[in-house]
Amino acid sequence: MKDVASVVIVGGAAAGLATADALHRRGFAGTVDVVSDERVHNYDRPPLSKQVLAGEWAPERATLLPPRRLAELPARIHAGVRATALDVEARAVTTDDGRTLRGDAVVIATGVRPRLLPGRAPAAGVHVLRTLHDALALRERLATPGLRLVVIGGGFLGLETAATARALGAAVTVVEAAPRPLVGRLGAVVAERLLALHAERGVDVRAGVGVAELVGDARVTAVALTDGTTLPADAVLVAIGSQPNVEWLAGSGLSIADGVLCDERCVAAPGVYAAGDVACRRQVGRDRAVRVEHRRNASEQARAVAEHILGERRSSTPVPFFWTDHHKVKVQLAGTVPAGAVEEVVEDDPARGRLVVAFALDGVRTGVVGWNAPDRVTELRRDLAAAAT
Amino acid sequence: MKIVVDRERCVAGGECVLACGEVFAQDDDGIVVVVDEHPPEELREAVEEAIEACPAAIIEAVDDAA
Repeated sequence: MKDVASVVIVGGAAAGLATADALHRRGFAGTVDVVSDERVHNYDRPPLSKQVLAGEWAPERATLLPPRRLAELPARIHAGVRATALDVEARAVTTDDGRTLRGDAVVIATGVRPRLLPGRAPAAGVHVLRTLHDALALRERLATPGLRLVVIGGGFLGLETAATARALGAAVTVVEAAPRPLVGRLGAVVAERLLALHAERGVDVRAGVGVAELVGDARVTAVALTDGTTLPADAVLVAIGSQPNVEWLAGSGLSIADGVLCDERCVAAPGVYAAGDVACRRQVGRDRAVRVEHRRNASEQARAVAEHILGERRSSTPVPFFWTDHHKVKVQLAGTVPAGAVEEVVEDDPARGRLVVAFALDGVRTGVVGWNAPDRVTELRRDLAAAAT
Repeated sequence: MKIVVDRERCVAGGECVLACGEVFAQDDDGIVVVVDEHPPEELREAVEEAIEACPAAIIEAVDDAA
């Protein structure tokens, strides 16, 4: 796309702000409007379940862009404003404050929100963790000594939060429906080690059991499980995944079955892009599209979008990468862990608490998982990137 | 240019090392180490790449005079 003079970005979190930043850094001189439904913006989410929840960082420390870099952005940020509709043909975004913002390019970066449990829930004591507001609310609850917290969902967010809550002195139980949590994500060796670490630190992980209901009227008092167990609870965190914020795009003509479907360059329609958690991006050379809810994906797609808007055609397939921190242990994954992959321990140094596992499918290395081994993961990630090109 | 990093907020992702290994390295914990605080101008593009790729946005390149 050439001669773009105006860009409207819907979403002011990681992908949205990074798009504005990337445009600016590449010398874009047109106008940029950022519509963010959150009043408080420019905060980053990964620290919410860790440093912010733990109280180690003041919320201001978890910035997305350094304040100076944000101040330099020649973007109009409409904070606390929600987009209500998109006219794809006209590339016009309607907002709930009664405006229509038209752009030569529109970037959809509306992210996701937590999935909730079906059915009735008690009015108080049931938390989710997505926004800074959510993190501060849960942090306040965790200030109560000996709080009994039940975390529903043994994924990365649930377990990270469980670790932080446990370190703050809460009695924490995690309920996960899958019988072998995280095995499909990290492989059996690291998944088992991670669950063992949680057990060692006093987090009670109940795997292979579902939630029947949240007990309590005004306030949650317990979680009833499908195996008949009842777990007394002063607070509950629901961390069972998320759903894309695409309702405002109903009727736009875009494909929104699972996020916003876009091509490998993040193009959803001419002049309309999707980036970050909400983007369901076609994979180069493969007949499928995937939505990736990892922090680095948001930055990477934001840059791809900015480059496409500016007419730069740099085609690259980055090696997927993410990290997750539990009880001060850093787990990182570069590449992928496909079903049926063969695991190989390539480094195991118990004295230093390091472990690196590589995955291969049909003899070809697809990914590596590191346990407190970031330097090695970077090295192996470089090899994966080199092999992919 | 002078490279300034906030090591305390580093998430050990290694993006900077992959973008510009001449300037950035990782210690045993994965935390960024600046190996060349005043890189030559020809590394500007690679440094900019590192700044942008950093998921914690903790890298800055400031003017030498600053």
